[in-house]
Amino acid sequence: MMKELRLMKGNEALAEAAIRYGADGYFGYPITPQSEVIEYLMAERPERRTGMVVLQAESEVAAINMVYGGAACGKRVMTSSSSPGVSLKMEGVSYIAGAELPCLVANIQRGGPGLGTIQPSQADYFQATKGGGHGDYRMIVLAPASVQEMSDFVSLGFDLAFKYRNPAMILSDGVIGQMMEKVELQPQRARRTEEEIIQECPWATTGKPATRGHNIITSLELDPGRQEKFNLKLQKKYKEIERNEVRYEEINCDDADYILVAFGSSARICQKAMDIARAEGIKVGLLRPITLWPFPYKPIKTLAQHAKGFLVVELNAGQMIEDVQLAVAEKVKVEHFGRYGGIIPAPGEVLEALKSKVIGG
Amino acid sequence: MHYCPGCGHGTTHRLVAEVIDEMGIQDKTIGIAPVGCAVLAYNYFDVDMQEAAHGRAPALATAVKRLMPEKFVFTYQGDGDLAAIGTAETVHAINRGEKFVIIFINNGIYGMTGGQMAPTTLEGMPTSTSPYGRELDLMGNPLKITELVANLPGAYFVTRQSVHTPANVRKAKKAIKQAFENQAKGHGTSFVEIVSNCNSGWKLTPIKANEWMEQNMFPFYPLGDIKVDGKLVK
Amino acid sequence: MTEEIIIAGFGGQGVLSMGKILAYSGIMQDQEVSWMPSYGPEMRGGTANVTVILSDERISSPVLNQFDTAIILNQQSLDKFESTVKPGGVLLYDPNGIVHPPTRKDIAIYRIRAAEFASKVGLAKVFNMIVLGAFLKIKPIVDESNIEKGLQKSLPERHHKMIPENLKAVKIGKDNVELMQEV
Repeated sequence: MMKELRLMKGNEALAEAAIRYGADGYFGYPITPQSEVIEYLMAERPERRTGMVVLQAESEVAAINMVYGGAACGKRVMTSSSSPGVSLKMEGVSYIAGAELPCLVANIQRGGPGLGTIQPSQADYFQATKGGGHGDYRMIVLAPASVQEMSDFVSLGFDLAFKYRNPAMILSDGVIGQMMEKVELQPQRARRTEEEIIQECPWATTGKPATRGHNIITSLELDPGRQEKFNLKLQKKYKEIERNEVRYEEINCDDADYILVAFGSSARICQKAMDIARAEGIKVGLLRPITLWPFPYKPIKTLAQHAKGFLVVELNAGQMIEDVQLAVAEKVKVEHFGRYGGIIPAPGEVLEALKSKVIGG
Repeated sequence: MHYCPGCGHGTTHRLVAEVIDEMGIQDKTIGIAPVGCAVLAYNYFDVDMQEAAHGRAPALATAVKRLMPEKFVFTYQGDGDLAAIGTAETVHAINRGEKFVIIFINNGIYGMTGGQMAPTTLEGMPTSTSPYGRELDLMGNPLKITELVANLPGAYFVTRQSVHTPANVRKAKKAIKQAFENQAKGHGTSFVEIVSNCNSGWKLTPIKANEWMEQNMFPFYPLGDIKVDGKLVK
Repeated sequence: MTEEIIIAGFGGQGVLSMGKILAYSGIMQDQEVSWMPSYGPEMRGGTANVTVILSDERISSPVLNQFDTAIILNQQSLDKFESTVKPGGVLLYDPNGIVHPPTRKDIAIYRIRAAEFASKVGLAKVFNMIVLGAFLKIKPIVDESNIEKGLQKSLPERHHKMIPENLKAVKIGKDNVELMQEV
């Protein structure tokens, strides 16, 4: 079959991928720089293409709770927003995690805190990987670094979410959301039938037949003893995810003296910085975490045995660096370079920072 | 059931369950429970149930009904859930004409958390957060959310009932049945308010609470249909 | 082959769509492409710019501070991007509205009087394609046939009747680009 190639924005690729994955519902609220997701979906008439439900909710809060309702029915449902809107969704994400529901949330990050700017940022790393909502829960976090991955991670995110009955997030930013690249689209998959959903999700509220008791989707428990047991069950699940689902990419790390660690758009900028450095004779490698949770501690720990130093490059004031420091465990130097509030560094700035903070410093 | 003796929740639960039984739709019904006294409603209905975050039941119900249009969907919410924290979800779901049933219990107080002021608390009514009675200039006015939503084009059936006498119970059941039948026919939102007592929150005996409700609640929240078949009747 | 380009001008001059057509043409000849716009309130009536990269290899950074070619359509953009052209690189500009022409000596400078030609031949809507034609004369990185395919892909079907006009504009650009300074 001929590959279906298109030039698309990251946001559009995400939306098209959702239709092609056979998603049942999208519930969102416009916010820059991610409004193309719902605009694209509305223009595509997915209710005619696949029967997918798309609804512009009255708020981000309503949208994430629509996701809760749909996920509780075993449906493949998702939402997307940008940083301030994702903050509003965090209560719902906590309930979704607490009710063990699968869903997909995309965050096309912009500068913060507060209303901030509408330009790209990666300052929601802590929110995505360390909590965001209340209570002991974890969210599977995927960080796409290309428009192709914006498309591919829709299916990966949904698959992981359903495998573990857990919310998954695509943590992207204004660069990846707004840029256009060549993307190879997945073939159209059929949406699951009601029978398939009942088989795959026997826990879902699909209507109680006489043959089973009623299904209840809730995150409420009045008895602390039982809640503790439930927490332990969640933690066991999270350990399993940590064992099975770590994803990352290593480029030129084998002989590298210095390692750049970056995710998403920053990793793309670092790749160029690495190329320039190599042309100058400096052996630089790049480790790109693809899952931000679970985080690739082990490969970083391994690299720390040979590398002379690490530079963590993020569009924030230093968030992922804490995880890199945990992995490196003070074996070698770990420094941070970031730009904030919507400013994107050029590759040359990254190389300068590597030279001044790690190599010369 | 965990409800206080004399509370209207138990009766209202029973009426909803009877209607589901009589219509033979147990296997096709999804209920959404609120946060408030009815937070555990999911334990009392033998249908598939979801427990919503505070105020968000209409958002959940919107998705459930749109994703499974052949099912019957209802929310069951109190005054704090529906008319304070969840006002936006209530108004917008009804304004979109979402095709589900909302059962709204209005007892003018936050029962579960220990008797704090609700958006529907009457003027002068004491609660733990309006200990000297609700003062309008300080605390704002009681909200007639039912009249408000009746004016939305998406509302198909809006009625206010009570369950404190056998005659009222019969009327309330008829209204609830009407609401579910509207859903069967694919009409817009059906909204059934039940004005109820909260004898423990009001610090009255059940009988005294019903008397107080008739004397104080009903004049401000008059019983009867407000919108029928998409037309305002009051 | 890797070509890193910045296109900059006023919002409404077709900066973003010129970049999009170029990127689509690259896909048509099996290349890797990226198109990264500046976005935000400055787009509405202010300046707009887009970084376009065409390459035979996987593209690393879509965000750059040095370019092989700068295509400049107003004074603000010239002031901002003249210094970002790599030594030996190309700067192409439309003199319309330019008070202070480029001054660098280590780059090749070309001029296309696109606004003038566009109004003269009544092709104001495809002004940007005249500029694109001028660029392709200097750097023939995509075939004319792939430009046509790129137009088909990037224009909505209802605008396909405009394709001949677009191609005509490309030719005007090719025929009228002026070399102002060699490296």
